[in-house]
Amino acid sequence: MQQTAWVEKRFVSDTGLEIAASEGRREWMAVLAKAEASEVSAAWERLEKPAYTLLRSPEPGLVLVRGRMGGLGDPFNLGEMTVTRSAVRLATGETGLSYVAGRNRKHAEIAAVLDAMLQSEAHHDQVRAEVIAPLEIAQAARRQLAARKAAATRVDFFTLVRDREPSK
Amino acid sequence: MAYVSVKGGEKAIENAHQWLAEERRGDPAVEEVAVAQIREQLSLAVDRVMAEGSCYDRDLAALAVKQAGGDLPEAIFLVRAYRTTLPRFGGSEPVDTERMNVRRRISAAFKDIPGGQVLGPTFDYTHRLLDFRLAADGAAPPEPAPLANEPQAWPMPTIGSVFAHEDLLEHDVRSGDDAPFDLTREPMSFPAGRDQRLQALARGDEGFLLSLAYSSQRGWGSTHPLCGEIRLGEVAVEFIPEELGFPIEIGEVTLTECQMLSGFAGSAQKAPQFTRGYGLAFGHSERKAMSMAIVDRALRRSEVGEDADAPVQDEEFVLYHSDNVEASGFVQHLKLPHYVDFQADLQLVRRLRREHFERLNPSKEAAE
Repeated sequence: MQQTAWVEKRFVSDTGLEIAASEGRREWMAVLAKAEASEVSAAWERLEKPAYTLLRSPEPGLVLVRGRMGGLGDPFNLGEMTVTRSAVRLATGETGLSYVAGRNRKHAEIAAVLDAMLQSEAHHDQVRAEVIAPLEIAQAARRQLAARKAAATRVDFFTLVRDREPSK
Repeated sequence: MAYVSVKGGEKAIENAHQWLAEERRGDPAVEEVAVAQIREQLSLAVDRVMAEGSCYDRDLAALAVKQAGGDLPEAIFLVRAYRTTLPRFGGSEPVDTERMNVRRRISAAFKDIPGGQVLGPTFDYTHRLLDFRLAADGAAPPEPAPLANEPQAWPMPTIGSVFAHEDLLEHDVRSGDDAPFDLTREPMSFPAGRDQRLQALARGDEGFLLSLAYSSQRGWGSTHPLCGEIRLGEVAVEFIPEELGFPIEIGEVTLTECQMLSGFAGSAQKAPQFTRGYGLAFGHSERKAMSMAIVDRALRRSEVGEDADAPVQDEEFVLYHSDNVEASGFVQHLKLPHYVDFQADLQLVRRLRREHFERLNPSKEAAE
């Protein structure tokens, strides 16, 4: 069901690092995409910014969201969502990419730069510690809060059984 | 014959639209409502616009609600129109609702469902009495909802997984992940696959689906449904960018999912078991997801050998009339100029009336 395996060469990092499919990259791209735009901007403001060029100006578009029939069956098309994508290259050669829900261009551009920085040995540890980790903690905290509110609304329905004992 | 184009009226149209803008704003002495206020405080209207507009974007849907002055089908039309201006990057991986961060999950069929009955934020069990405190200005925000010490366990087991080992519930068919039918790129075709039906129902009008589901419950094509499970929460969406070739999460969407259970007496080949109807909708759209699940099950009548004698079982009837953008377009086009049609009808009716009176009174005609 996926599109072609064709890869646009200009978006491939030329640093030779084999990190394209690494779990680490999937994880930080997820954290950056799921963060609030304001959180990403705030984290970005605190960083020393690297020199970079835009390979792809932030571009809003749509992704067709799919579900599964019955929850686990064959896919069907549920509806679309807005997504903004961007791609950048650092002066040092690393290529960063982003696909971020919504139409916030700044969010997409910063996420792409951070993705590139995370692939660079010079920036990786700092961005990981100062951007990704706090965003991840904030997201986990939001999930935790909702899960605690949900747990507070858990009920036990009980069915009433008619008392058949003769009254004394 | 359809309507014909007319010229002129530009000034009148411009003035009418200016008046519309004034009406939308209402009394300028009353503070203007912000898009963010609609997004946050009329979130269920926003959810409906996203679901039937078939585009998940809370800010966009809130803007559409504001622009439409609260007319939700009009807002849905605006969102549908907007989505045509954006390129499509591709299709997502199918969302995994088992891994939903559940805020609400109830089962009306199975009291002791593992994970429990979690009410979440719901209108259920409210008394439907108007709360005049909400009309008071400057009231403090409500107290935050209470927190349990232990968070709800994740993931929440589904009704399907609970009975899976007993084969009491029909299993979902997983034949492959070929790209499903896409109504936005292909015209409606019949007989429709379940993928086509579910897409149409997911973007279909809530009122229409609700009435169909209700008609089914009242006996017009009944499936005797029980609500196996409703769940509401956030689900991550994964997408494989062609530049990467592996899936990444691009964000989260709020979804409402409903599993309806219906008994099936079995056939010569199949043992009796419960069949299921499925509903899935963007946002907190419970009435919609439940209606969708009932209609989905009713439309699967041929799979279980049920007769088709009710509207809800007729897929052409259901799918051709479920889209409110198409429906209101066709109904409302009647207010556009039909002067030529009417002229033609007028001539025809005049001629028929003349012939009618000639038949009734031929002598008078001859005398004249």
